[in-house]
Amino acid sequence: MSSTEHIAGTHVHRDDVGSRMGMWLFLFTELILFGGMFLLYSVYRFQYADEFHLAAKELNTIMGAFNTAVLLTSSLTMVLAIIAIQRDQKTLSILLQLITIFFAIFFLVNKYFEWTAKFHHGIYPGSEELLSKSSGEILFYGLYYVMTGLHGIHVIVGMFLIAVMTRMTRKDIITKDSYVRLENAGLYWHLVDIIWIFLFPLFYLIT
Amino acid sequence: MQIHDKPHEHSHSYGAYILVWLALMALTAITVAVAGMNIGRFTVATALIIASFKAYLVLTVFMHLRSETKTFVVFVIVALLFLGISFVLLFSDYSFH
Repeated sequence: MSSTEHIAGTHVHRDDVGSRMGMWLFLFTELILFGGMFLLYSVYRFQYADEFHLAAKELNTIMGAFNTAVLLTSSLTMVLAIIAIQRDQKTLSILLQLITIFFAIFFLVNKYFEWTAKFHHGIYPGSEELLSKSSGEILFYGLYYVMTGLHGIHVIVGMFLIAVMTRMTRKDIITKDSYVRLENAGLYWHLVDIIWIFLFPLFYLIT
Repeated sequence: MQIHDKPHEHSHSYGAYILVWLALMALTAITVAVAGMNIGRFTVATALIIASFKAYLVLTVFMHLRSETKTFVVFVIVALLFLGISFVLLFSDYSFH
């Protein structure tokens, strides 16, 4: 009995691998969520190929490419934040996390301008302008708003998640020896990036 | 001179990640350039191949799948396989309508 007490003081009850595996399992549910939408997209694109091409011409390729670069860079700063904490460079890690959040906000601001530009042209779900178009074009914009919108929600969630991690790093809850939370937030953030990697060519590059 | 600390963990160098980031940016530029070239029905295929390669880089390097145990890799492959099955079943159903 006394020997267990002795061990209890030194043994850290933690399972980082299990923690990451749990995160991956969650990411698979996200894959199915977005996967279903990509399925829908692929069938309608097959069915209304010409209308999709026509509708996609309205989207701003440069804006889309720019946002792709923003998200890819934010993924880099996120992964570097993890290395920084592994190297016990706390301030650098916090700085990199803040830069990641900044890029997330930047992405959303771009998205905001992109959507409002569409709204000004009268292209939004249920608008007269849109409903007067062919059914293929209506479907394209329906999918565009739902898929980029759901992705946008994920960006917002990821941003708050990273903000919580930044606070934890500041308070020394996330340290050189215990950083699995930051890794898991990173995994989520990279998944959001991967989804965008597919959304970008499928909506912006089919002209 | 640096002491090698825990080489079995994730690689601790910033440089490798910056290189992968550069590759991802270059691939983005390539996919935009290819889309503008008008190569007909190969456009979608090229865009998807490039996107898949980018996703592969993010999964293996940024998400550290390379340094995780085999179990993680099997998990991801199974998940992707089921998504693939959904696509195959959907399109086989769709083409016989």
